[in-house]
Amino acid sequence: MIRFILLQNRQGKTRLAKYYVPLEDSEKHKVEYEVHRLVVNRDPKFTNFVEFRTHKIIYRRYAGLFFSMCVDITDNELAYLECIHLFVEILDHFFSNVCELDLVFNYHKVYLILDEFILAGELQETSKKAIIERMGELEKQE
Amino acid sequence: MNPFSSGTRLRDMIRAIRACKTAAEERAVVRKECAAIRAAISENDQDYRHRNLAKLMFIHMLGYPTHFGQMECLKLIASAGFPEKRIGYLGLMLLLDERQEVLMLVTNSLKQDLNHSNQYIVGLALCALGNICSAEMARDLAPEVERLLQTRDPNIRKKAALCSIRIIRKVPDLAENFMGPAASLLKEKHHGVLIAGVQLCTDLCKASTDALEYLRKNCTEGLVRILRDVSNSPYAPEYDIAGITDPFLHIRALRLMRMLGQGDADSSEYMNDILAQVATKTESNKNAGNAILYECVETIMGIEATSGLRVLAINILGRFLSNRDNNIRYVALNMLMKAVTVDFQAVQRHRTTILECVKDSDASIRKRALELVFLLVNDNNVKSLTKELIDYLEVSDQDFKGDLTAKICSIVEKFSQEKLWYIDQMFKVLSLAGNYVKDDVWHALIVMISNAPDLQGYSVRSLYKAFQTSNEQESLVRVTVWCIGEYGEMLVNNVGVLEMEEPMTVTESDAVDVVEVALKRHSSDIKTRAMSLVALLKISSRFPPTSERIREIVMQHKENVELELQQRSIEFNSIIQRHQNIKSSLVERMPVLDESTYIGKRVGSSQATLPADKSSRPTSGSPGASLKLPNGVAKPPPAPLVDLLDLSSDDVPAPTSSATDFLHDLLGGDLMSPSSSGGAGTDILMDLLSIGSPSAPTDVSIRNTISSNQGNAGEPKTAPASVMDLLDGLPSNSSLPGDKNPIYPSITAFESSTLKVTFSFTKQPGKPQNTMIQATFTNLSSNTYTDFIFQAAVPKFIQLRLDPASSSTLPASGNGTITQMLSVTNSQHGQKALAMRLRIVYKVNDQDKMEQGQINNFPPGL
Repeated sequence: MIRFILLQNRQGKTRLAKYYVPLEDSEKHKVEYEVHRLVVNRDPKFTNFVEFRTHKIIYRRYAGLFFSMCVDITDNELAYLECIHLFVEILDHFFSNVCELDLVFNYHKVYLILDEFILAGELQETSKKAIIERMGELEKQE
Repeated sequence: MNPFSSGTRLRDMIRAIRACKTAAEERAVVRKECAAIRAAISENDQDYRHRNLAKLMFIHMLGYPTHFGQMECLKLIASAGFPEKRIGYLGLMLLLDERQEVLMLVTNSLKQDLNHSNQYIVGLALCALGNICSAEMARDLAPEVERLLQTRDPNIRKKAALCSIRIIRKVPDLAENFMGPAASLLKEKHHGVLIAGVQLCTDLCKASTDALEYLRKNCTEGLVRILRDVSNSPYAPEYDIAGITDPFLHIRALRLMRMLGQGDADSSEYMNDILAQVATKTESNKNAGNAILYECVETIMGIEATSGLRVLAINILGRFLSNRDNNIRYVALNMLMKAVTVDFQAVQRHRTTILECVKDSDASIRKRALELVFLLVNDNNVKSLTKELIDYLEVSDQDFKGDLTAKICSIVEKFSQEKLWYIDQMFKVLSLAGNYVKDDVWHALIVMISNAPDLQGYSVRSLYKAFQTSNEQESLVRVTVWCIGEYGEMLVNNVGVLEMEEPMTVTESDAVDVVEVALKRHSSDIKTRAMSLVALLKISSRFPPTSERIREIVMQHKENVELELQQRSIEFNSIIQRHQNIKSSLVERMPVLDESTYIGKRVGSSQATLPADKSSRPTSGSPGASLKLPNGVAKPPPAPLVDLLDLSSDDVPAPTSSATDFLHDLLGGDLMSPSSSGGAGTDILMDLLSIGSPSAPTDVSIRNTISSNQGNAGEPKTAPASVMDLLDGLPSNSSLPGDKNPIYPSITAFESSTLKVTFSFTKQPGKPQNTMIQATFTNLSSNTYTDFIFQAAVPKFIQLRLDPASSSTLPASGNGTITQMLSVTNSQHGQKALAMRLRIVYKVNDQDKMEQGQINNFPPGL
């Protein structure tokens, strides 16, 4: 189960934070700070998995953004790496060559995409095409 | 309309915030926006509500508090249109979580939306429910979700399935309701619904064993079919990742298989074929393929697979280990640790690759590989493994050395069959990483050396050689210094040379050189220097010609700021100069240290114990002496003290250092008696020391030496005779009468010509550690005693409480008695017996008198 997903830039600003477990606001800030510290200092030749409290974080860096997912200890790390990559591809496709600024100004759309991709901490849809189509339909409803 | 209303568009607000150069500016902008939003909220502004909430969400993401917006979310959710609902639900998920009370208010809206005709709105509701619902909401809305599991729209179905997962997690009792629908979901064609269904089944199995049984019976076939279809499916562009169709579905299906097959042989058998197929067919050049293989291996190890399949799995892991990608290696090492318990032999085959991983550049891989190597060690491969590890120790990073050293030491200790090999490996480790070696490791080494008389010569020579090259390793220096002290003559006279040793001549002064270097190094700490001083004393006895030189070296420390070193220096100097007659007996060879006692105590005691503590001869050569109670330099463990009063295990009196600690306790703080122990430390000390020899002949010359060495708080070395008498006075347990008698007889604690003290004991049932003692004082003289005060001192593991005495006047000739209650708690009840020293002061004929004694005849079992 995914416990939370964080998108942070190198400076520590959180661009996206989706929690699937209940946490107080102050706890959330603490978590974001700790995760950022953990992830930003790691050498690229180290593994993409870090132990974090009693769970583990799977992270990957894309340009200036760190995509981190906190999962249970027993989960398959390599699968979540693929998951992160799929998410990035979807964003890339949706925003046409996505950059950080797109994510800042269109955060509500990013959340929508995420909600079509992952629900209740589990994978909802594995087809990029299906998600993009769905987003199109939702936009039409507005 | 209010001119300050939420006129700014979202975009503009974001731009304004990003344009701020300082945090203060940003705060100002945010504050203004929040004020505008609050105003709009209080006016119940309909038009801009959803823009306001969007702005509020952004402000929340920046980290500012936004509680005032929560009700707005509810109002938006209750609106009619899709855009408002969308923002409302988004705000709900962002600003609230399941623990907030406000969430309950949404339940009704959610229920209505779940029944809405617009399927997108149903989707929104399911999404919100699935992400943050609480247990009550789950219970309320479960029937709706169940119904939605059967709608026609696949989007709704998959969302409903995932929502059900959350419901089951919050309310496991509802699992039974979802069993049937979940099983039918597995027959879907749509991948999204399929994967949601598989995940739902997985969670059902975790939540309830009934569901697990049900699914195992009905769905195993379907599951295998799913995996087979997706594995064999032709190229499907929509789901293709790196040439594999929908790897996520592969992985989830494999996971569910693991849950169904665990512990059940039939279903496991059914799964064998497909697992073998997936394991062999999947390509492993891309991460997606490796992810599938990893999950496959986990499943094979989790179910009751055939041994052929298991070997296949471990071979895959072996292949992973040689992969260049760090992630893959890490994952493989993790898996192998679990696999070791299942199939030891198969993992052994990959030992060399694992050893390579110990030398990896990534720290977490190194750590895991080291742990795995540790698990793989057995009697056959221990020698080669240790050699490899020690070779690596030389080149490893500093932060890794600690772990590596600890592991090597435990391997060597656990698996050593020959003492020579053990000693060799330990010497190597000490030379390479002595600073990381923990204390009990080199203590164990010393115990081992003392137990191997034929190897002592070899040891001391090897240490001497090692010292020449690696004398910055602290533990090596300590062990070397100790061995040279003990076995110096073996070094110089080439005693006990083994065949493989090269010939080597070491003169006496070379040996002294080594210890002198150890003493004078800047980086030596107190303990090492203390040990060096002791070693010098031993050497001066073993090699008399070097005495003078040693004395000079020792005297250099007589004004050292460390009390410990100063004390030793002066005392040893005194021994060398004036007490040659007893010097040799003082520093005789230490008896064989008892390994089993040592190991037992090491495991049992919570403080660090030194093997020399257990030595049963009062030599001054023990490192234990360094654990005295000086000016706060070293911590005083109770171990030496324990030995003093360890009447049962040692035949011969315990080391003298313990006596000092005991005395320190008397002086320091353990005196529980009401009146203070008085001023001049030295005087009391003299007095207390004098009780050590009430009846034995005292050595007057030694006593004079004591008074001449002013200011030193403890004189164990210079008063061996009196201390021995002290300790001789302690009877062994066997001589105490009435061992098995649970009723404790009264004892005469102290008797002199003028005073008699008797103790009688009571114990409360159920509190074996506590004893109430009633002390009765009888005046045996013909004068009345006034201002009668009784004081007592006990060792550290006993607590003593004195109640007020019945009176402070003791009539003469036994015409009356004073009684006083004492309560003692023996924290080592059953292991150590009670011991107590008492001191009584009183006035007789306007003269102060004092009597003191030691109580040795406590009944056992107190």
